[in-house]
Amino acid sequence: MEQTQVTELEGQRIGESIFLTTTDAFFRWAQASSIWPLAFGLACCAIEMMSTAASKFDLDRFGAGVFRGSPRQADLMIVAGTVTHKMGERVQRLYEQMPDPKYVIAMGSCATGGGPYFKYGYHVMKGVDQIVPVDVYVPGCPPRPEQLMEGIMKLQEKIRQKPSRTTHASSNPSITHVVS
Amino acid sequence: MSSLDVTARIQARVGADAAQPELNRADPTLVVPAGSIRSLCQWLKDDTEMAFDHLMCLSGVDWLDRIEVVYHLFSHQHRHRIVLKVRLSREHPSIDSVSDIWGAANWHEREAYDLFGIRFQGHPDLRRILLPDDWEGHPLRKDYVFPTEYHGVACDSSVSGPSPRVCDMGAEQTRN
Repeated sequence: MEQTQVTELEGQRIGESIFLTTTDAFFRWAQASSIWPLAFGLACCAIEMMSTAASKFDLDRFGAGVFRGSPRQADLMIVAGTVTHKMGERVQRLYEQMPDPKYVIAMGSCATGGGPYFKYGYHVMKGVDQIVPVDVYVPGCPPRPEQLMEGIMKLQEKIRQKPSRTTHASSNPSITHVVS
Repeated sequence: MSSLDVTARIQARVGADAAQPELNRADPTLVVPAGSIRSLCQWLKDDTEMAFDHLMCLSGVDWLDRIEVVYHLFSHQHRHRIVLKVRLSREHPSIDSVSDIWGAANWHEREAYDLFGIRFQGHPDLRRILLPDDWEGHPLRKDYVFPTEYHGVACDSSVSGPSPRVCDMGAEQTRN
């Protein structure tokens, strides 16, 4: 019987209608292909994020365009903008309300490390990684939609490379930086 | 009524010595005594020739030797404008609220209180508007001391990278 290698699912196709793979690989593929982001933005980066989701850049092509209004339905938190100490507590609460497995992208200079408020911003957190574990950092002020999309593709790679279903990519110490 | 007339009429009301004009400003500017601000503002709004129905902005300034409160007023009817300034002591900056004269003053006064620590007597709800309620100090004061941390998260720019709290969270996830 004819057998074909399907690399994306790490499986084998046997004949016309039989396909063999592991559940791990199947779930990872499903997760990476349907990342639902949480619909919230904090500053000008959110405008770029909205543009990324809109028709010109069309984030839906990566299965990540279904922005959810509730953290209970979201897989990914894109921290798009300046995180103040006051807002930081809300951001942390939103993160905690998201079901596992969950991921965080720090979008732009502010969320990555305080940005222009690094030295004199008494009220700005020096990076959202002070309060939530960040998977992918996207630099830029603000990053262009292409950069955010690359960040999401990096996250998809990361999810596909997850060791097994029982551990989450978030706990992986390796941090992905998007090079712009 | 031209801006010059507005200045002259205010001076006629509170006294030429008390209301000092500041020259070479974009808008006519008067420095008035802090004690007279409420009655003056009420009159500026009610008087038909003045009719300042719009408080465009209320701001605070720290000049190191004094705190200033600045009122930008505009009349839609006469299309004239005036800037009032009052000078307060830096130690105990306190002045009567004008929030019942112009509703716009309510949040502006809360902001000036939040960032400069100016107390507006008679304000219905004088609490912080931008910073968290338990924040210490008033950040736009020139002698403001930067906090080192807020609720366990470092404010200091010398800190970078994940805080110990995040590392704990990561360890918890590995156990799941």
